[in-house]
Amino acid sequence: MNNENKKVKVPRVKMPEQPAGARIKNFKEVETGLSEQQAVEESSRCLQCKKPVCIDGCPVEIDIKSFIKLIGDKEYKKALDKIREKNALPAICGRVCPQEDQCEKKCVLGIKNDPVAIGKLERFVSDFGENEKIGESKISLQNNIRSEPGKNQHTSENITIKTAVIGSGPAGLTCAGELAKMGYKVTVFEALHKAGGVLIYGIPEFRLPKSVVEREIEYVKSMGVEIILDSVIGKTLTVDELMNKYEYKSVFVATGAGLPYFMDIPGENLNGVYSANEYLTRSNLMKAYIFPGWDTPIKKARKVAVIGGGNVALDSARTAKRLGAENVYLIYRRGEAEMPARIEEVHHAKAEGIEMIFLTNPVEIIGENGWVKKIRCIKMELGEIDSSGRRRPVPLKGSEHDIELEVIVMAIGQGPNPLLTSSIPGLKLNKYGNIEADEAGKTNKKGVFAGGDIVSGAATVILAMGAGKVAAHHMDEYIKTGSWL
Amino acid sequence: MARIIKKEQLTEDIVRFDMEAPIIAEKARAGQFVIIRTHEEGERIPLTIADSNPEKGIISIVVLRAGKTTCNLMSMAQGDSILDIVGPLGKETEIENFGKIVVIGGGVGIAPILPITKSMKRSGNYVVSIIGAKNSQSLILKEDIASFSDESYICTDDGSEGFHGFVSNFLSDYIIKSEKSKNPKNIERVIAIGPVLMMRAVSAATRKQRIKTVVSLNSIMVDGTGMCGACRVEVNKETRFACVDGPEFDGHEVNFELLISRHKMYLKEEKESMDQYLKDHECKLLKHSI
Repeated sequence: MNNENKKVKVPRVKMPEQPAGARIKNFKEVETGLSEQQAVEESSRCLQCKKPVCIDGCPVEIDIKSFIKLIGDKEYKKALDKIREKNALPAICGRVCPQEDQCEKKCVLGIKNDPVAIGKLERFVSDFGENEKIGESKISLQNNIRSEPGKNQHTSENITIKTAVIGSGPAGLTCAGELAKMGYKVTVFEALHKAGGVLIYGIPEFRLPKSVVEREIEYVKSMGVEIILDSVIGKTLTVDELMNKYEYKSVFVATGAGLPYFMDIPGENLNGVYSANEYLTRSNLMKAYIFPGWDTPIKKARKVAVIGGGNVALDSARTAKRLGAENVYLIYRRGEAEMPARIEEVHHAKAEGIEMIFLTNPVEIIGENGWVKKIRCIKMELGEIDSSGRRRPVPLKGSEHDIELEVIVMAIGQGPNPLLTSSIPGLKLNKYGNIEADEAGKTNKKGVFAGGDIVSGAATVILAMGAGKVAAHHMDEYIKTGSWL
Repeated sequence: MARIIKKEQLTEDIVRFDMEAPIIAEKARAGQFVIIRTHEEGERIPLTIADSNPEKGIISIVVLRAGKTTCNLMSMAQGDSILDIVGPLGKETEIENFGKIVVIGGGVGIAPILPITKSMKRSGNYVVSIIGAKNSQSLILKEDIASFSDESYICTDDGSEGFHGFVSNFLSDYIIKSEKSKNPKNIERVIAIGPVLMMRAVSAATRKQRIKTVVSLNSIMVDGTGMCGACRVEVNKETRFACVDGPEFDGHEVNFELLISRHKMYLKEEKESMDQYLKDHECKLLKHSI
């Protein structure tokens, strides 16, 4: 009892961060990470509950209680191994998971005090010590696919069973890792020239350094996962070919939320209007913030507006600030309380000078000579509760007003890209184009599983990972038993 | 990665590369394109597939010097490898036995017109080909195009070869002449690939007679798989993505003004990039605007 009182008295650790004024001039990580001393001290706050309900809050059921104890014992490698039993991407989750809605929300200490900083501790463990970046090896699709059928001939007594994963984002990487652990030969097909999906193109460098992503991916590859880049399944090869011609016994579709949504308002195709996908892909994947050092350009405007209220909108706004914008407006049709973004990120954004304009919605983009000149908005008020469980925004007649701008980023959501789904004949989709899959990840096509944003719609990294894990185990069951229903 | 097997200088500003890409070669159909990245810091750019040989596992691309990326690409040698190549992307050309068709290639657009001409001829069409360029030295693939055509014509802006004038003017004359002929065979379809102004002019020339006209739009692209929207075009007053809904569209429905305007989005940055490149590299200066 005495010990517990002691723990309660220690305040939750404060994550060191770059001061706002300095960090808006660079793309380096905002949160710089706990020191060893801070981590050990924070771990001592954990009550080591008999019933660790924090684990119930984790979509991949990390043994949180144990890894925190290991930090207290200064056994950081063992702590990392403990996390990796359940989570293949701890350096990423430690940075981007909404712990405040998951494990930390359930933390018993959090009932009367601030919860244990579980996420910050996960990050500490995965960053600590030698995490050598093994040189990125590029496997050529052209040569590899050719040689695939031949390779199987010279294995030992065990026949190597081939499984395929489409998409190298969080869902795909996790599924692939699980399948490799179970002894399958796994090939991940990635459309872009770098692996990681949203981790590499969507989440900015200052929230998730690409060197961290590459490091985590090398770990997944070290489990025996093969990643083939520049391969667009649905164009370069089809799922049908993978399963019949190339004998992959089962396929996991994890193509994510790769379709940008636009508002369909006048002026949306003027120069200076971007989808968040394009804006972030240019900045994050193509490193346009280094232009002209890197060749891909991005418009560096003085006045930018980002439309939306989620993490993608905030990422876009904070990117615009770092690209040199004097004024960055976040225009959101609901109120601050309704924003789906992580509170932590909203707080960082405000400190960086992002101006939040709530209860406002664009109605038209007005241009001059083909370029954005201003955006016409209307004020909103919250009405009845809608299907999302939130109060529906309703326009206030006569409240139109203009804001002068140069760049507008539409961050109102991302949907399922139909390129792959339309190439699988008879695949059942819902009305939004998402793949219909059951809790096991099974689609209506034999041997084809799906998970992550392509099934759920745009969600989180950790939920996608959970889906990847579940599917891997059901794929194993299907391959072993041959039973589909 | 794709190794360059052969490099051929077609004109002062145009180079043809044959590259090792067996799976793309097997899958590629007329009208489709690839996206390439020459080096780690490089951009992703689309290039139409000019030819594909599935037996040898080779595809061909034809490149016009237009800015830093194309200059860089053109400086690569036989044996070098392009860092990334992905494809085949885009919807393939509608190939059918339509009857009498006209294929039109302008400048470097003659290269993607070649596989279309080939496929159309092999499908039983009566093929009339019109190719045009600034001058005689800038014409490419003359014999190749002619070998798959029933009638073939050449136009040059300066009159140094063939008809003196634009392909669109030649087409207008041709349409009038064929209407007046003893046994007029209807032109069922026109396919035009080349500079935007050329495709716009060809579409205008066929509008009155309502001859179905297909153009291939060369929008700025990043991913090429419908994920970013950089390639947005307006067709029949609706927004379309050139990379997945196109690149071919009905020329009478395309908003060419918007396409021309959107091409200008990075003029400033393109110049900055090129100026920087020219400081360290020798590259023939741009003679025409992008």
